[in-house]
Amino acid sequence: MKRVLLFLLAFLPALAQAQMVTRDGVTLTQTQETRAEAIGDQLRCLVCQNESIEGSSATLAKQLRIIIRQHVVEGDSNKSIMQFMVQRYGIFVLLKPPFTPLTYLLYATPPLALIIGLLIFWVARRIRVTPPAPLSAEDAKRLDELLQ
Amino acid sequence: MAMSATRRRLLFGIPLALAVVGGEGFYTILRRMQRNDYDPHALPSPLIGKRPPAFSLPGLNGGPGFSNLDLLAPPRPMLVNWFASWCIPCVQEAQMLDWLTKNGLTIWGINYEDKADTAAHYLAQNGNPYTRIATDISGLTAINWGVYGVPETYLIDKTGIVRWRYAGPLTPDIVNGTLNKLLRRYS
Repeated sequence: MKRVLLFLLAFLPALAQAQMVTRDGVTLTQTQETRAEAIGDQLRCLVCQNESIEGSSATLAKQLRIIIRQHVVEGDSNKSIMQFMVQRYGIFVLLKPPFTPLTYLLYATPPLALIIGLLIFWVARRIRVTPPAPLSAEDAKRLDELLQ
Repeated sequence: MAMSATRRRLLFGIPLALAVVGGEGFYTILRRMQRNDYDPHALPSPLIGKRPPAFSLPGLNGGPGFSNLDLLAPPRPMLVNWFASWCIPCVQEAQMLDWLTKNGLTIWGINYEDKADTAAHYLAQNGNPYTRIATDISGLTAINWGVYGVPETYLIDKTGIVRWRYAGPLTPDIVNGTLNKLLRRYS
């Protein structure tokens, strides 16, 4: 029994090998492919600017997908692959812009909008005309008389 | 109930001030776009202020190619122009490149993802403004330069540093408005 198990164990790496996929001419494991897709999803295709490299059919996007996969196979970290792209195409290649002086205003926009909204709300509340004081019993009586 | 004078002034003044500032901003953008000073679609190239990345490319049909080492110290500022025979905007700028060459500007070309015979045919038909032509068949050097489409033009100064990148065909407006100024500044 033990022998059979050991025998089967010896085949485990082969099983892992069977999980290989080929994308854009690069063969890699399913885990590597998932990682490459996650990287490509965060990069903008510069030819068709609102598509990701992963989702674009442009030639340049395909070439960049190949480069990403080659780097993944070589064991490069996600960060260094992103850095590779930024060095060549600038931060515009990142679909999620980094927090740098150039993008401070961009990231400050939601809190600024909230503050302006609260200010408007506050001013509007303060200038709301206060309703007239309720009629006194005497006035109510007189009103009734007048209406009759 | 009466509003206080300050509040009335603020309620009138703040939106007015915002409209003035916003209007001024939009006006500046539009005026600069009209003067070709500003292109909202232009992407800043990370190569500006740096030397081109290391590369060595063969020439076209046995001609001499060039490498990054050949761009280290040109005698005068020069252009490196990426082109391809399959690229329609390249045909549009061909006349302008010819005119620039005839007026003494040095232009080197890099033929991007092309075939030698079609590239030769293209040059025979549209004129050859290039002193030297390198061929980037794989397009990998283009990726290292950050080229994302042809034509793209890079201005290289006398110290070999990239000073300007223009993506798209060179038009008289771009040449008169931007390129001439830069050539004067770096000559």
